[in-house]
Amino acid sequence: MITLENGPAKLAKRAQNSGVLGDKVFRGTAFFFAAMVLAVLFGIMLLLLKEAWPTFAHFGFGFFYHSEWDVVNEKFGALVPIVGTLVTSLVAIVIGVPVSFGIAIFITLMAPNWMKRPVGIAIELLAAVPSIIYGMWGLFYFAPWFANTMQPLMTDTLGNVPLIGPFFQGPPIGVSIFTAGVVLAIMIIPFIASVMRDMFEVVPTELKESAYAMGSTTWEVVWKVILPYTKAGVIGGIMLGLGRALGETMAVAFVVGNSLELNTGLFYPGATIASTMANEFNEASGLHMSSLIALALILFIITFIVLSIAKWFLLRLEKVQEGSKT
Amino acid sequence: MMITAMTEDTQPNSRAIGLKMAGVLKESGERTGILDKIDSVRQIEKAKLKINDLSFYYGKFKALHNVTMQIPDKQVTAFIGPSGCGKSTLLRIFNRMYDLYPGQTASGEIMLDEQNILSSSVDVNMLRAKVGMVFQKPTPFPMSIYDNVAFGVRLYESLSRSELDERVEWALQRAALWTEVKDKLNQSGAALSGGQQQRLCIARGIAVKPEVLLLDEPTSALDPISTTKIEELVHELKSDFTIAIVTHNMQQAARVSDFTAFMYLGKLVEYDHTDVIFTNPGRKETEDYITGRFG
Repeated sequence: MITLENGPAKLAKRAQNSGVLGDKVFRGTAFFFAAMVLAVLFGIMLLLLKEAWPTFAHFGFGFFYHSEWDVVNEKFGALVPIVGTLVTSLVAIVIGVPVSFGIAIFITLMAPNWMKRPVGIAIELLAAVPSIIYGMWGLFYFAPWFANTMQPLMTDTLGNVPLIGPFFQGPPIGVSIFTAGVVLAIMIIPFIASVMRDMFEVVPTELKESAYAMGSTTWEVVWKVILPYTKAGVIGGIMLGLGRALGETMAVAFVVGNSLELNTGLFYPGATIASTMANEFNEASGLHMSSLIALALILFIITFIVLSIAKWFLLRLEKVQEGSKT
Repeated sequence: MMITAMTEDTQPNSRAIGLKMAGVLKESGERTGILDKIDSVRQIEKAKLKINDLSFYYGKFKALHNVTMQIPDKQVTAFIGPSGCGKSTLLRIFNRMYDLYPGQTASGEIMLDEQNILSSSVDVNMLRAKVGMVFQKPTPFPMSIYDNVAFGVRLYESLSRSELDERVEWALQRAALWTEVKDKLNQSGAALSGGQQQRLCIARGIAVKPEVLLLDEPTSALDPISTTKIEELVHELKSDFTIAIVTHNMQQAARVSDFTAFMYLGKLVEYDHTDVIFTNPGRKETEDYITGRFG
């Protein structure tokens, strides 16, 4: 039996029906969850600061630029892992970005239709492969192959070039800063490529056609129109990959060699912040533990800076575009 | 380039052709040697594009059925018809835009001067330098106004800075945009209003001095004032370029074109002088469409 109620009665019923109250509860809950994000962020930072404090108190600013890492004599400096982290990530970006760019352009502009979806899905699957699998592959297959074939080749060629020559030196043992960079590159390519692909796909068809209609080749369309149109997103994708490369632990710990000595050659074993922490946490205590946590804080800050630069860059691009609108 | 001698004062009477009546047309036709016979424009003496038995397929779907027509040089030819009649499809064949999409094929021939542009030996990029196109939505490239206009020029010619400056100014003036943008050439093209953007796209298209300019519903995304400006521009430009315009707007076709082709269901139903199409169409379908009985 359906009864029709008049307006005010209906509204009263509506209020009773806890719709309004529910809204308040929901708002409060959502606010709580959102506030948790900030709380967790500051919580982590505070805890890291607190635990790392003994190290900074003991070594002072020198912790950042001393290359010694002597567990027995409790002398710690973070230079080697910091440099290792930055250099492995740089190698990963230098190798990964052009490859990702090629993949994304191929999928969006050149691939025949039957190929687009399989390649797109394969990229997403690659992104989902656990990092330890990349690490094992890197250690057991890639590193020996690289030491026997590519490394001598690169040392013989690039190693003789003035200025950059010293970077391509090192013992032929496979595990090295460079190997870690290559494995990282393979790991971040799926991320960068899929962000780039998404960006290139939202370029309006008419814009692409206009560029082609001017008589541009595909390369000119990509380089002069699509890339400038999507640059903010492309930079965002690269930063996403960089963030992942900086923090990657397991795969790097497998192939980086875990040597805390400073070398200029990319083919020498090295260490990153994350790999050092993973390797040494078990036996650490006291000042050693504090120094590892100080490393964690530094990694936190580096990642923070990378993201800030990315944000700043994106904001600046937006401002340039908006400024030109007025 | 074939048309380096383009200046603003060529064909000063082109406007008169645009505002014609039958008698005026006959005279001007004889004077400019464009028309062979007044009542049969299918035989156009000075044709820029000769389309012969052209069919077009989206995969297996036949979108154009054996179109044969000739598009006169330095005149405006309008294509009208209901949505899906194939008018945009036809326009996009003239610069081989369909090449971008696998599965789209054309048969027949289109002679641009003495060259069949459908032939596989044609350099598509060079063809597109000769046949410019402006799209429905304004599509400024993500770069400055200057670079937008210089875009095509830089692809084909290596000009000195001052020559390029001159060319950019020429194109912008031709597109009636120069006075509005001359102080902000370095600003982004996206910063302009919709109507200005569309004129920028026209400037970009004519900067390479093409022979044919294709306009695919160039005003459908614009306000009435901008539309009027573009229409005036079309009048101005036909002294230098052969213009083919696709439009949904019949009044626009009547206002800007010298010849009008009415298409329906992938077929060219009627093609004649614009005033004949709009005052005395030969086919029932044309009459029904222009009087608003369908479409």
